[in-house]
Amino acid sequence: MSYVLKRIGRSVLTIFVVVSASFGLIRLLPGGPLDYLRAQMIQRGGSDLSSAELNRRIAAQTNIAVDEPLYVQYFDYMAAIFQGDFGQSLWYDQSVASVIGPAIPWTVFLTATALFLAFAVGVSLGAFMAYEEGSRFDVVSTGVGLVLNSTPGYVVALLFVAFLGYRFQLFPTGGRYASELTPGLNVPFFVSVLYHGTLPILSMAIVGFGGWALSMRGNSIRVLGEDYLRVARLRGLPTRRIAMRYVARNAILPMYTGLMIAIGTVFGGAVIIENIFAYPGIGFYLIQAINARDSPLMMGAFILITVAMVIGITIADLTYGWIDPRAKGGASRESY
Amino acid sequence: MSPTDRPDDGADAPREENASDPLVDAVGGAYADSTEAERDARSAITGHDGTGRRIADGGRTVSEFEQMAEVSMTDAERRRQWFDERLLAPARIVWNDWRARVGLLVVAAYLFMGIVAPYIVTEPRPNQGPLLVGAFRTLTYPLGTTASGTSILSQVVHATPSMLVMITAGAVFTVVLGTAVGTVAGYKGGRTDSVLMTLSDIMLSIPGLPLTIVLATALQIQGNPVVIGVLLTINAWAGLARAIRSQVLTIRDDEYVEASRIMGMGTPTIVTGDIIPNLMPYITMNFVQQARAVIFGSVGLYFLGVLPYNSTNWGVMMNAAVNRAGATSSPTAFHWLLVPMVTVIILALGLTLLAQGADRVFNPRVRARHAKSVAGDGDGDRTETTKTGEI
Repeated sequence: MSYVLKRIGRSVLTIFVVVSASFGLIRLLPGGPLDYLRAQMIQRGGSDLSSAELNRRIAAQTNIAVDEPLYVQYFDYMAAIFQGDFGQSLWYDQSVASVIGPAIPWTVFLTATALFLAFAVGVSLGAFMAYEEGSRFDVVSTGVGLVLNSTPGYVVALLFVAFLGYRFQLFPTGGRYASELTPGLNVPFFVSVLYHGTLPILSMAIVGFGGWALSMRGNSIRVLGEDYLRVARLRGLPTRRIAMRYVARNAILPMYTGLMIAIGTVFGGAVIIENIFAYPGIGFYLIQAINARDSPLMMGAFILITVAMVIGITIADLTYGWIDPRAKGGASRESY
Repeated sequence: MSPTDRPDDGADAPREENASDPLVDAVGGAYADSTEAERDARSAITGHDGTGRRIADGGRTVSEFEQMAEVSMTDAERRRQWFDERLLAPARIVWNDWRARVGLLVVAAYLFMGIVAPYIVTEPRPNQGPLLVGAFRTLTYPLGTTASGTSILSQVVHATPSMLVMITAGAVFTVVLGTAVGTVAGYKGGRTDSVLMTLSDIMLSIPGLPLTIVLATALQIQGNPVVIGVLLTINAWAGLARAIRSQVLTIRDDEYVEASRIMGMGTPTIVTGDIIPNLMPYITMNFVQQARAVIFGSVGLYFLGVLPYNSTNWGVMMNAAVNRAGATSSPTAFHWLLVPMVTVIILALGLTLLAQGADRVFNPRVRARHAKSVAGDGDGDRTETTKTGEI
């Protein structure tokens, strides 16, 4: 239990550090986002704005009241962010939270589905490859896995857009669902969401599964040499049972750590994929914000991506003990 | 102090004057009155019986501590053995593994493309030739031309040097910082460990590419490839540090580390001499993986157009192909997009294969089979390396 508390405490600390760092980036960098914002405002509102009026507007956009002493600015900024107030977007002319908030579930939908698909397919294929080690199937799959593992997701995405999107017109090349549909709990809407999500999800999943298959294959081959497998065979257990219960289970454990790291990388990947498919998730708005020089929106998107990732990693970390009984929380980690 | 105790942070330094340490005296005292040459001879216990020079110890009875090696090697022999073990055997292992061989050839080809080819291929400029020539249509523009008539081959070639610099910078930065933090945390333990690990856990939970994007925008960096390479791996060291730390934890209690500690070696000596060599496979693998991550990340972000650049670049080419010529929707410009993509994939594939090969170089089981072919004992074992297939 103390481990759970400790682990959650560390996640809170991480979020705290990231938000503080974002304050530092906006406020303290000479020539950084704050100076840029000020220049932008002078340009837009004409130069006749009084400096007090300018500061008031900056405070509304970024939650940073430039007149106040630094520690007050910091406190106000942190308080606002932790209440969900990320300031005003310049480009969309509404609050950052109302721009990005609705985008979060879509990004999580993409990344979580892609990660699950890649993991499930990769692990089962890898186990099978290990069992058939040396066969033609194994050799071919290993080769395919190596190539896929060396391909960035955005390359697959671009090929999908070019061929399945434009050349053969099989899939849509943008959007989250068909624009004429009303979002709600109805079948056409869900079908449209899946239809629009297919290519982005597949382009993330395809490049991921090669790596999973290869490491699962390696782990399984190591497990296949263990004594308890010989015992299981001597007992005459069916092959399927040995493969699933004995080999897969023991080979999957080391990959769970990899899963945690993967949660981190998919959010980065999603930024590029979402932009290729014009899929309005958090990553899409992050790039929009950068192109429009909209620093409040940019920082808001970055903080939310980080929070989503911290939550993902924390869940993965806390469930580790549940999947691997030997781990029993993190207590064993400090056992040295 | 019991041997399994962790030495306190401060306790390492004074132990370097081993004369004051009674335990060290017991071992070291035997050497105290021997000459330089004798010491050399005694330390060479690892002798190769076939080739070594016999040392007569006069047949007098000696205590365990004065026992000398039966054989010793001359300096030349030692140098040759070092050369064999450190360079020849790994090279042979690498060359006999097809993955490593292909990986090496690919990387060598890209090095050639980055170092020599820019002097051969003319610099890219607009209107070098007709607009949007397809790939493999003419000999003058083997990979075709862009919408502004620039040769794609020359773009690809002239983008290589800065990519190589970027990749190296990012990989070196990650590996050096990750190894340093990981070994110090693992070896020192205690408060140092908790502080360093909390720090790397925090870095680990920040999404890498978005962080790079935000920093590149906020810091107003220029297009210097070294800066961008480091920026792309800004938090990648954390994962490596964690992994290295857990490896160090298993090594730090091994006998030979224990022995070094008892002999009064300083922490830096132990870490660099005893611990890091054992982590080399891990470090090499990570170096290559980081290099791949830098390629993927940089090309992706250049493609999105969020990183500054001051020379042509594979990602910038892809960006131009899609945004200026609509390469995804129009087949006439598709080669413009495809060429940089293939360039990236082949380099990444080469690095992946090299990483797998490197794993074998450091794998003790593979090495052991090569040990016999080393030191020129000439029993014809050199040919056995062909059978290093699957392990």
